[in-house]
Amino acid sequence: MDIIDRRSNPHGKNIENRRRVIERARDAVQKSVREAIAHGSIQETGHDRSVTVPADALHEPSFHRVFSGGSRHFILTGNKEFCRGDKLQRPPAGGQGGGGTGEGNPSDAGEGEDSFRFVLSREEFLDLFLDDLELPDLVKRELSTTETTAPMRAGLSNEGSPSQLDLSRTMRRSIARRIGLRRPRPDEMVQVEQRIEALEAQRPLSAHDLDELHQLREQRTTMQRRLARIAWVDPVDLRYRRHAVVPQPVTRAVMFCLMDVSGSMTERMKDLAKQFFALLHVFLERRYRTLDIVFVRHAERAEEVDENTFFHDPSTGGTLVSSALELMADIQKKRYPVQSWNIYAAQVSDGDNLPSDMARACGILTGDILPNVQYFAYIEVSASGAVIRGQTDLWRAYHDISTHVPHLAVRRVTERKDIFPVFRDLFSQQPERENA
Amino acid sequence: MMDLRPASPVTGTCSGLLYQGNDWNFEILRDCYDAVADIAERELGLTTYPNRLEIITSEQMLDVYTAHGMPLGYRHWSLGKRFIAHENAYRRGMMGLAYEVVINSDPCISYLMEENSATMQTLVIAHAAFGHNHFFHNNRLFREWTNASEILDYLEFARGYIHQCEERHGIAAVERILDAAHALQGQGVHRHSGSRRLDLRAEQQRAQARRLHEEATFNDLWRTVPVDEEQQPDTTLNDPMRRRLGLPEENLLYFLEKHAPLLAPWEREVIRIVRMIAQYFYPQPQLKMMNEGCATWVHDYIMRRLHENGRIDDASYLEAIHSTSNVITQPDFDAGGGPSFNPYALGFAMMGDIARICTSPTAEDRAWFPEIAGNDRPIETLKHAWAEFRDESFILQYLSPAVMRRFRMFRIHDDTAAPYLLVDAIHDDAGYRDIRRTVAQNHDPANMNAEIEITGANMHTDRMLTLEHRTTRGHQFHADDARRTLQYMADLWGYGVQLLERDADDGTVLATYEATGRGGVRRG
Repeated sequence: MDIIDRRSNPHGKNIENRRRVIERARDAVQKSVREAIAHGSIQETGHDRSVTVPADALHEPSFHRVFSGGSRHFILTGNKEFCRGDKLQRPPAGGQGGGGTGEGNPSDAGEGEDSFRFVLSREEFLDLFLDDLELPDLVKRELSTTETTAPMRAGLSNEGSPSQLDLSRTMRRSIARRIGLRRPRPDEMVQVEQRIEALEAQRPLSAHDLDELHQLREQRTTMQRRLARIAWVDPVDLRYRRHAVVPQPVTRAVMFCLMDVSGSMTERMKDLAKQFFALLHVFLERRYRTLDIVFVRHAERAEEVDENTFFHDPSTGGTLVSSALELMADIQKKRYPVQSWNIYAAQVSDGDNLPSDMARACGILTGDILPNVQYFAYIEVSASGAVIRGQTDLWRAYHDISTHVPHLAVRRVTERKDIFPVFRDLFSQQPERENA
Repeated sequence: MMDLRPASPVTGTCSGLLYQGNDWNFEILRDCYDAVADIAERELGLTTYPNRLEIITSEQMLDVYTAHGMPLGYRHWSLGKRFIAHENAYRRGMMGLAYEVVINSDPCISYLMEENSATMQTLVIAHAAFGHNHFFHNNRLFREWTNASEILDYLEFARGYIHQCEERHGIAAVERILDAAHALQGQGVHRHSGSRRLDLRAEQQRAQARRLHEEATFNDLWRTVPVDEEQQPDTTLNDPMRRRLGLPEENLLYFLEKHAPLLAPWEREVIRIVRMIAQYFYPQPQLKMMNEGCATWVHDYIMRRLHENGRIDDASYLEAIHSTSNVITQPDFDAGGGPSFNPYALGFAMMGDIARICTSPTAEDRAWFPEIAGNDRPIETLKHAWAEFRDESFILQYLSPAVMRRFRMFRIHDDTAAPYLLVDAIHDDAGYRDIRRTVAQNHDPANMNAEIEITGANMHTDRMLTLEHRTTRGHQFHADDARRTLQYMADLWGYGVQLLERDADDGTVLATYEATGRGGVRRG
């Protein structure tokens, strides 16, 4: 009898199988994931999420009977009052007796579940959620900035650390050398020794045998000398794998997030804006490793804030859009030169701006920002009242510009459920395949 | 009974307590194993495969569940699905994990959960490593159908082969075959080929040789040899084509593997793997009740004897009794008990009852079981039953009125033509035999797996394959599943397939399904 402690064996034998389930039910899972996002808050994506997919996507059919017609007998236990010939009311479908299949065991029959629910890890969830979205036009590949390096195979060398020893090459050379220098093989040596022993044990020894014995002894000394001189593995055999450090080109991008936090933005609107940015944030964080994100919020005055302040710190005041655009242009010029950065910007606002500020804002946008950025998305969050007011100042102005500047996109969001379709619309790899 | 002796330290001596409290370590485990083995071998005379105990965590137990206890398996999404289902049920507290899982292999591997208390470890050693193991080792069906010493090697081969196919042909291509073969695996076993035992190792070598031979003898010229176009289709039973295809054939997977015209050699091999594994598992459901009954009876006996010998204390024994009575609960019909029995409950009750009949029979027992009543050799009698029967025949042979009364069994006749359910037998003299027959029937493999035969293959024209499901008493297939499964069948066959459901008594066709190579399926 053996006792084997398997507890330290690698766990997760079924990770690959589990992945294949998700792959198999990909469409269903994705739909479910997107519904979950539409109804919940993106902030929750920090956790594992459970999704439900219709069982049909993972159904395993087989030939099996169900009792739907005809007659059958079955045995029940726990009779308290029945006698032969009693007639019982047929229980409603799905109840005991009528519900089971009467054959096989219940777990076989339990296959026909309506939906299949499972928990996705954060990673899996986001992967499915953001699948097929791409940051548009990552064209300016900046090769001059080499922040990282990676070791690459670069042939062989005859010196190196033992861990890099290329054993098969080394031994190949060792064999070649041993054959070339005629180093005796161990079994030849044994043969000679055995023959000598046999001859030594033999008495009387014929002259012929004596000759042979002498010869063999001589041969043995030669062999021993050779063995001693010619090493099994010589330093000249050694070959090491060589690695050279190769710089890895990095594509760098920066994303500016601009948000209006003025008094005209109601809590609900701010919440919509935050939802949008949170989505954007998750998306960017996953897609681009070397990506800077600059958070700019503005009321009358713009300020650069950190992520936490941006999302959670309340603030209020009047509205001067130009201040934010100015600050953004400023930061971009100082820290993110156009030559070495891909620049993206997203602005969320309720569309209000001081009328006197409009000209200035548009000036900065067309003059300083649009020529330098790859993509500028303007999202307008509107209260339901906005419908009555019609187009806002900012919307009108931006919309006009967008007609002749293709990389300025303007969209409107009124409800939480709009956010995701709009987001997908902005970042779909194939814009025509909208999923609104 | 009180144990008045001072608590002895944990040692491996031949007497005294094996352990105290809940904790166990490997030394205790070994001592417990020895103590259990002593009773199992000397008192019960059980013969087993060599044992291997593996300690695993609950997480690993979920993996074991997924693979039906097999330590390795090929990759497929259906396993992932099963894993997720188990995981969910476990996480939401809807399912407790088994204390052990044991597999029919040589050596016989029992998985023990690390969370088990010392008592539970002892109990599951008795249950799995001796009860189940003896059953695997001795039962006729297991001996004939499965080759315990080679299953592990074969699984290793299967896993490697399928992995290789995935690398060569892509996961999707392999999945296409596996999905279809899995759907048909219930119809992928030889049921009646007598005592032909699977030789899995030879199987593996044959697979390799076959592939090499095909590669070596491939000659494209054969393709160009003109065929005799003049052949007249012959639809009689003596049709040489029919004979060559071995029709009628009930093993659908075997037929596809051998005769499907469009499959690549590796695809046939994948089908063969699914078929071999299905064949290995084929006896298990037919023996479930006896197997569990045997193991439960053995552990109950051994735990009682350990307690009587003073090897475990009262607390441990009570824990063991508690655990046993948990698994042998059979809820009454009005408390959620369905039409199928808890195999532990019925099995354990019947084993105990046989032992009782052997040692202290009543007049009724003597009338019902003249061969064994009062023979005073309960263990030999049980061992004979364990070796020679399967659930169905065991019930027909040994289900006694005493057990039927104990469970208060009654039989219901459910005819969908009638507006009510009829109680047509209860546990009285008039009903015992009826009840016994029905319990046995409900454990009959013929009732569990639908039997389908390939009855015709129209090889001269459109290669339409005809399947027939012979059924009685109006029991029909789940229509949607049948349609989908038939589609899988057609995918593998490559041409049209039709399925007739025919009443075995009067030959009327109850339903017709049809599937084309890649098209849709319609029900006629």
